[in-house]
Amino acid sequence: MARNRSGRNKINIPSKYVLLALSVICVIMMVLSYATDMMSIVPQTVAGYTVIPFQKAISYAGNWLFNRSESIRELEELRIENEELKETVKQLTIRINDLTTDKYELAELRQLMALDERYSDYPTVGARVIGKDAGNWYSTFLIDKGSNDGIKVNMNVMAGAGLVGIVTSVGPNWATVRSIIDDDSNISAMVLNTSDTMIVTGDLELYSKGNIKFSDLRDEDDAVAEGDQIVTSQISDKYLPGISIGYIKEINSDSNNLTKSGYLTPVVDFEHLDIVLVITQMKQTKD
Amino acid sequence: MYRKAVVLLLILIGYLLQSTMIRILPLGGVAPNFLIILTSCFGFMRGKKDGMYAGFISGLILDVLFGELIGFYALIYMVIGYLNGFFASIFYPEDIKLPVFLITSSELVYCFIVYVFRFLIQGKIHFGYYFLHIILPEIVYTIFVTIIIYKVILNINEWLEDLERRNI
Repeated sequence: MARNRSGRNKINIPSKYVLLALSVICVIMMVLSYATDMMSIVPQTVAGYTVIPFQKAISYAGNWLFNRSESIRELEELRIENEELKETVKQLTIRINDLTTDKYELAELRQLMALDERYSDYPTVGARVIGKDAGNWYSTFLIDKGSNDGIKVNMNVMAGAGLVGIVTSVGPNWATVRSIIDDDSNISAMVLNTSDTMIVTGDLELYSKGNIKFSDLRDEDDAVAEGDQIVTSQISDKYLPGISIGYIKEINSDSNNLTKSGYLTPVVDFEHLDIVLVITQMKQTKD
Repeated sequence: MYRKAVVLLLILIGYLLQSTMIRILPLGGVAPNFLIILTSCFGFMRGKKDGMYAGFISGLILDVLFGELIGFYALIYMVIGYLNGFFASIFYPEDIKLPVFLITSSELVYCFIVYVFRFLIQGKIHFGYYFLHIILPEIVYTIFVTIIIYKVILNINEWLEDLERRNI
């Protein structure tokens, strides 16, 4: 084996001492990054200018190629579909006339219910997902906007109509987002129509069945039922209030007879995240 | 010098493949662990020191980009690279059984450590679930990828050793 390359005028330190030294460095880094913010600035800036550009390029190229091959394949299908669609258009025009009447009625009823989505007022920045956590254990992902675009840690991230997660670390041109289905995620939430609060906890094991867990729901009048909408609560210290999380799928009484827990179905499809919206408004806190 | 640059480049490519491929290929959200393959390969092909350095760099990249504790993955990968180095003396390039066995064992050890320190510690005791849904697919993909890219890594290593022999 070519391990002992003599002829080099370098001092050869036995490998076990190097291992020991590097292990100590690792432990020191772990303690530093746990106790202080020191470790998060320098390496993340370095990563922002070395690894991230490649990652962005690959992600864009991948998306481009994927879209290109799709569009060629779809061309033929589209031609056939076009014929069929022309036929349906005729039939549908007739139906539209019927539905327009219903539409006005619906708009009126909606106004009455005041279902206006409050969070549509929040200022947002669009970002593209460029990578997923390299391990298979976590549901964190990278986006292509960072502190240069005004993104800060603890900003909320949405996709479409629902909450995706929260920014956990930021580099100059990238940020990591921990999604609400991640095992480390805990959110204070509430039922939209009764304002009862609960804790929503991400769970890797449950998400494969399409669920997230909730617990600590106090509902003495049994007013909460399956299908109720869950939004982020006012008392959460990191999440803005009123962002939709999901709908109750199953609800059970806990053995203490005081609280309830169960499962909810998230609004966002976490398997197919491409564009996300980062809310640049932060929750006001005491400090 | 060449070697350092090439190893660094390989690790970078490995990381990029691992973190971007998962979004393109329909592998059920599970990616093969390229970094373990590289760490392990340099361990048994080149010895303890090279395995250790390769592991340290691989782990550090993961730590900086995704870890909450910087140094956690670096330590795991480094020790795995070092341990693989013990097998350098019984490694023969023609035989693929030892590499596959070592990479699989490394992967298993890695997954188990991650499970214990990040999940069991939070009271998530369903090891069976994590084993079936994450560890097992990851190992299967990793073995599959190993069989494909083992020759490539081997050739790169031989090319590097050739270069070094000429320079010295």
